[in-house]
Amino acid sequence: MVSTMQTIFSLHKKGKNKYTVPQFGEKSFDPIPEHLCRSKLDLVDVSEVDVVRHYRKLSSLNFGVDNGMYPLGSCTMKYNPKINDAVASLVQFTGQHPATIEELSQGALQIMYELSQMLCAITGMKRFTLMPAAGAHGELTGVMIIKKYFEIKGERRNVILIPDSAHGTNPASVAMCGFTVKEIPSNSDGDVDIDALRAAMDENVAAMMLTCPNTLGLFDRNIITIAEILHTHGALFYCDGANLNAIVGKVRPADLGFDIMHVNLHKTFSTPHGGGGPGSGPIGVVETLSPFMPVPVIEKKDAQYYLEYNRPQSIGRVHSFYGNFLIMLRAYTYIRMLGASGLKQVAEHAVVNANYLRVKLQTHFNLPYKRICMHEFVINDEGMPGGITTNEIAKRLLDYGFHAPTVYFPLIVHGAIMVEPTETEHKETLDAFVDAMVAIKNEAHTNPEVLKAAPLTTPVRKVDAVLAARKPVLQWEE
Amino acid sequence: MSFLPNSDDDIRLMCKEIGVDSPEDLFVDIPSRVKNPGIELPSPLSEQEAFHSIVRIGNTNRRVCSLVGGGVYNHYVPAVVDHLSSRSEFYTAYTPYQPEVSQGTLAAIFEFQTYMCRLTGMDVANASMYDGATALAESMLMAVRTTKKNTVLCSAAVHPHYRQVLATYAWASDIVLQIVPYKNGSTNYDELSHILHNDVACVIVQSPNFFGVIEDIAKAAQIAHEHKALCIVTFTEAMSLGLLESPGQLGADIVCGEGQSLGNYPACGGPLLGILACRKEFMRTIPGRLIGKTVDQEGREAYVMTLQTREQHIRRERATSNICTNEGLCALRASMYLSLVGNKLLELATVNHTAASYCLEKLVALGYERVFDAPFFNEFVIKINNAKDVRNKLMDNGYALGIPLDTYYPEMSDCLLIAVTECTAKDDIDTLVTLLQTI
Repeated sequence: MVSTMQTIFSLHKKGKNKYTVPQFGEKSFDPIPEHLCRSKLDLVDVSEVDVVRHYRKLSSLNFGVDNGMYPLGSCTMKYNPKINDAVASLVQFTGQHPATIEELSQGALQIMYELSQMLCAITGMKRFTLMPAAGAHGELTGVMIIKKYFEIKGERRNVILIPDSAHGTNPASVAMCGFTVKEIPSNSDGDVDIDALRAAMDENVAAMMLTCPNTLGLFDRNIITIAEILHTHGALFYCDGANLNAIVGKVRPADLGFDIMHVNLHKTFSTPHGGGGPGSGPIGVVETLSPFMPVPVIEKKDAQYYLEYNRPQSIGRVHSFYGNFLIMLRAYTYIRMLGASGLKQVAEHAVVNANYLRVKLQTHFNLPYKRICMHEFVINDEGMPGGITTNEIAKRLLDYGFHAPTVYFPLIVHGAIMVEPTETEHKETLDAFVDAMVAIKNEAHTNPEVLKAAPLTTPVRKVDAVLAARKPVLQWEE
Repeated sequence: MSFLPNSDDDIRLMCKEIGVDSPEDLFVDIPSRVKNPGIELPSPLSEQEAFHSIVRIGNTNRRVCSLVGGGVYNHYVPAVVDHLSSRSEFYTAYTPYQPEVSQGTLAAIFEFQTYMCRLTGMDVANASMYDGATALAESMLMAVRTTKKNTVLCSAAVHPHYRQVLATYAWASDIVLQIVPYKNGSTNYDELSHILHNDVACVIVQSPNFFGVIEDIAKAAQIAHEHKALCIVTFTEAMSLGLLESPGQLGADIVCGEGQSLGNYPACGGPLLGILACRKEFMRTIPGRLIGKTVDQEGREAYVMTLQTREQHIRRERATSNICTNEGLCALRASMYLSLVGNKLLELATVNHTAASYCLEKLVALGYERVFDAPFFNEFVIKINNAKDVRNKLMDNGYALGIPLDTYYPEMSDCLLIAVTECTAKDDIDTLVTLLQTI
């Protein structure tokens, strides 16, 4: 498919815009002084037909879960049920104003209250806040809660431990709260190196953040020991719940010794990723951390839901209002449809799908950690014929009709290819993915040029990222 | 309801290939004493049951004629926006890590960045933040990073929720946050000049401010710059940018705020659309995603995420922010909205102002007090005896009249912050006036 990219600005022509503004039929009773008004407005002049064709065309240049398998590791690109969007389009929810939510939108508060309760049941945590608007926002909120906990205790602890396999958001969130990151290595099995952890522990350690299962797709076999080590030293255990899909219904993170966690509603609970958001990253905590949750918290009394602000030990507010409500509504819908049994099956099928792919691919690709995996696993480009790289494999997969896996992450695996099929792909699709990967391996022998040139069939060919960074053009210029 | 395509037979076959007897064997690494807990959730539902159950809950929300703003506004969303943003190639995609199959998202966000630059008068706008309040908090962090100074001054006329979020982020980062009082509904600029000193990183004002008053941005910028502080201008009502002079023209260094008004619904307060834009000298310290224009290997126009060395996935603890997922789909909707409305945004913004001025005129004619005699956009403060009683009675009659201000400003008892948009018809206002006469 050959396309000429163009933005809406290339369709601009004076006089095309026929959008009609409803008239109020009066003049201002109190005109704004002219010097406060804008001298020119320079957006665009296009017709409604232009707009429709333009964005329809742009949509055709995109690849989403609805286009095909999207095995982006740690991103849980599962199918997004359409009913979620149907309920999130109801005017009973979209039209409601946040400032009058207690008076006029008891139904919305009910959804939030019940979703929090369901997340507590699923994770074993005692209280959830739904305010964080994304996973990283949840992490930040969580680290603030950790900071507040020690501040109230009168302890000055300034170090947070993070495994070398962690998402970049973990250290970045930690740094935003004035903590120092201390990296803990993984051992050769992909678990946290317990000796290194013991050696790192002292009275300065506030917490450890661990993704569970970790970004290698492995469930850390020492997790109970890690929790014990941390708790013995008075430190807290934070669970990055980005990978909750692997264990949802199978184990509650609180039972593993975690004190605080975030979940990504846009991963485990099937809400769409929107091409980069909106997401939602609720934070759950054990009882002792409950006083530090952001305000407001939602309470229920005599069948009335209300917002509680009187929380003197709270970290404060972290969002303009209550978080991404329409995303919560989608997750609520999903959990109500699946129930506990359905969620447990989600984890089981996700893990079966990942292990099936792992077993099928490990005869063709290097698998650095040879263990049963959870919902995802990591292979790499080691031993690829002709020095074919991870990036070339990823780009070629696009030609075969698949989205690429997560590449070059986690950082501890050189040339990592992190594959997460999710539970919503059928065995036949997985087989087709294996076939594509094997075909690419064969091409590395027989026709390496095609891999170096890939992608060949996408709307645009390989994009020059170096040029974009060297001469940044960040807005349209004629 | 289930969305699992594999049958029991498929699962058996796959387990056999893996070399295990059942899926349970794949969970061996989870300690058995905590495995498979009983989780109590409501019973599963079919799609139809779920839909009706949620509609019933939704129906307990009461729909009224709402004259409420204060950070989220009721504007008409053209059908085109819902229609186009519902294309699942857009909304079921992830962050555009693979540009060759993400040009749709990338180009639309590039358009968004362009529109935001043109509306704010800035050189660089990012691909969105979570909401106005966090965009402001990140702007504050950016100013502190850039100036290497640690005190921040914020006007008391900035949205109270935004100030609360600022306070949370400032506490976490050990930044000193000081509030500058307001006077006659605007930032007290004499007081600002008085408090300001050379160790201040930035001065934060909102325009139109929380009281709806249009601030003297030029003055704020001038005072800030005299002390080598940056001037951050925030806004909660993006519609105002269609009519009012851009903050950039008036001297702002960073402009941030809430873009919900541009094609997104009130939605009980989220998702919202954080906007963050700055002058080009701060380009490399801006948080979040940036989309840049480039070419593909055949020389064709193409778009890609760029300057990523600022970001957490590369720079980790030294990143400019931890933000990863933003509000991409809301930004896409804003692009669609602004493409459709185009320069008619000026006329639309004018209608907002006119309708608000009409409402104010009618309320003053009823004998209520206009609290601040200053230019406003589409929000204003009115004082009504027993305001809360009146407001409650109106609510029983289908009107939500503003936000009581004494929640945030104890000195402002009986004061209501009222918002009027193009969605408030003249008839709505006239009926309201009649009701007020009978209550």
